[in-house]
Amino acid sequence: MSKIKLTTVAFEGTAEQEKELRAVLAEVKKLPGAVMPALQKAQEIYGYLPIEVQSIIAEELGVSLEEVFGVSTFYSQFNLNPQGKYQVGVCMGTACYVKGSQALIDKFKSELGIEESECTPDKQFSLVATRCIGCCGLAPVATVNADVYGKISADDVAGIIAKYKA
Amino acid sequence: MFKNHVLVCGGTGCHSNRSSEIYKEFQNQLIEKGLEKDVQMVLTGCFGLCAAGPVIIVYPEGAFYSKVKIEDVTEIIDEHIIKGRIVERLLHEDESGKETEPVQALSDTNFYKRQTRVALRNCGVINPEDIDEYIAYDGYQALIKCLTELKPQEIIDIVKQSGIRGRGGAGFPTGMKWQFTHDAVGDEKYVCCNADEGDPGAFMDRSVLEGDPHAVLEAMTIAAYAIGGTQGYIYVRAEYPIAVQRLQIAINQAREYGLLGKNILNTGFSFDIDIRLGAGAFVCGEETALIMSIEGNRGEPNPKPPFPANKGLFGKPTLLNNVETYANIPQIILKGAEWFSAMGTEKSKGTKVFALGGKIVNTGLVEVPMGTTLREVVEEIGGGIPNGKKFKAAQMGGPSGGCIPEEHLDVPIDFDSLTKIGAMMGSGGLIVMDEDTCMVDIAKFFLEFTVDESCGKCTPCRICTKRLLEMLTKITEGTATLEDIDKMEKLCYYIKDNALCGLGQTAPNPVLSTIRYFRDEYIAHVVDKKCPAHVCKKLSSYVITDKCIGCSLCSRKCPVNAISGVIKQKFVIDQAKCIKCGACVDSCKFKAIVKE
Repeated sequence: MSKIKLTTVAFEGTAEQEKELRAVLAEVKKLPGAVMPALQKAQEIYGYLPIEVQSIIAEELGVSLEEVFGVSTFYSQFNLNPQGKYQVGVCMGTACYVKGSQALIDKFKSELGIEESECTPDKQFSLVATRCIGCCGLAPVATVNADVYGKISADDVAGIIAKYKA
Repeated sequence: MFKNHVLVCGGTGCHSNRSSEIYKEFQNQLIEKGLEKDVQMVLTGCFGLCAAGPVIIVYPEGAFYSKVKIEDVTEIIDEHIIKGRIVERLLHEDESGKETEPVQALSDTNFYKRQTRVALRNCGVINPEDIDEYIAYDGYQALIKCLTELKPQEIIDIVKQSGIRGRGGAGFPTGMKWQFTHDAVGDEKYVCCNADEGDPGAFMDRSVLEGDPHAVLEAMTIAAYAIGGTQGYIYVRAEYPIAVQRLQIAINQAREYGLLGKNILNTGFSFDIDIRLGAGAFVCGEETALIMSIEGNRGEPNPKPPFPANKGLFGKPTLLNNVETYANIPQIILKGAEWFSAMGTEKSKGTKVFALGGKIVNTGLVEVPMGTTLREVVEEIGGGIPNGKKFKAAQMGGPSGGCIPEEHLDVPIDFDSLTKIGAMMGSGGLIVMDEDTCMVDIAKFFLEFTVDESCGKCTPCRICTKRLLEMLTKITEGTATLEDIDKMEKLCYYIKDNALCGLGQTAPNPVLSTIRYFRDEYIAHVVDKKCPAHVCKKLSSYVITDKCIGCSLCSRKCPVNAISGVIKQKFVIDQAKCIKCGACVDSCKFKAIVKE
């Protein structure tokens, strides 16, 4: 497992979000094995899973916070840190790696001035090295939110970022 | 009656290339031109030839257009659909032959000619979001046959006789699994589908789910009837949003048609299926870990026995098969065990889907009979290596598999032959590498993956893979000795013998197979301190060639002032100062700086 990085950004959840979460949890609670679906729903609402949100889940599902935390830190899809407005993903699947995705992610790091799994201070961009996203025919691939950029090289990186900066 | 059918590929590769926008543009223009009643539009699953995407087929001619752009839509409608003239300009050009020439039909391409499509038979043919199209292609016929004509044991016998083995990687006989779960005692039994395709570079399960979701639902329902299951779960990666969406649509449609839920087809048999999303953990492809994850826990594997067939999900007998395995089942029931076992080799029956990727012309999805040689797949279907480069190795089986060198290209692809040469079938990822790939670096790439994905439950996997990675890193940095290679091999065998689950037991395979076939490359790193493919940063150096015009741009970009020279004369890099960041290469407008 990779190192666990906890966020230092203060929690800014609203009362509406909490109300929504508790309503969803009341439903999810009925499923067998509810912790995973609960975390997935919570991440949809908040965008990430700060400890405050995990505490609500533990309380509502009647399990310990340790158990919730154990699950949230086990799976790479769960974000413990807030995400940028634009989430940049660089595919590090084998097909992409063989076609130079390491150079691609290095370029994103230097252009954005952040490391993997970090967010820029203005909360505009966050960067992740993703697992294979399954469009190996387009390797190497980067994604920005739902937009997919295939068959690109490090030279295209600055241009891609510029599109979202405006 | 429709005059034309237009099939637009909605697989992930083409979708990422904006095929859904092309689909919408077609619809809009057809309405504008009053043709919407003459032309049936279908957004299909993956055609397979992702390299040529976005791809479109226009019937009745079957014209196969590739690399279509939104701007081309008007021309296709005006010329082909209205005037009946095929747009030659957009016809797919076959790059795998010696000459490139336009081919008219999909089935004429070298890419498709040698394939046999069983699991993928409906992908790229039907609209995956319409149950009626699946039914029109014999869909749910197998289920009807099972529920009305066959006893559970008869179904299991057919599956056994077909000889089909699990497509998820290990190749366990599917019929035996069904028998064990059938024989297990339990008030409730579960039928699960493993769609947690975590192997980087593999996307066949995704394509089946996106292109033919009903086939999986039908097969799971048949399995449930055969083993006495009451509830099904499909555990699918959250990274596959289109697959999840189409599966949900398919489940809803099947429920509506009475093919899922209570009292299916009035036979008194009840079975329902729910989707559970994975959350990005490779180890969850291991069956006991997958079960832990569906139960909502950390996806840590458990020792076997007890096998899931006896004590699986929520402690009940559970049948767990992979997506591709299920996709074969309805055809086996309809066409018979003999039909299926006539394909393939003695011990590996049927076909196998491979995701062809890496340094190869026709990247995409191929399905071939077992026993086809790797050379046929790479050279004839895949079209060989682009840019005149030389084949170096084919990686099969992802982080659990191995690299196959050129000398073994004529090995028939089946479970046992691949294991014998140190690779494994795995789920079917097939990544081709050329001379620019460093085999030590690729072994390190896979090991970094397994170290990251190791769940940490057992010591051999948690600690030894990490030590192995450190040794590999030493090699790529030129600080290792020859003794380290031997130590690594020893450690590899230790991990194989002692790790708890399949992830750990197979984690050393990429290292072992590269040492076995590319030992000279390891030695070059250790003894000569050179990376022959110029990939390992610490072992390569940047050199300014005679192309340099002395503009000084690179010396200004260099963060450590390692480059000096006189304006309008060739500059030099001080190798002692150089940190190998590559900034100079990026800055040079004359491509005068090369890696050596």
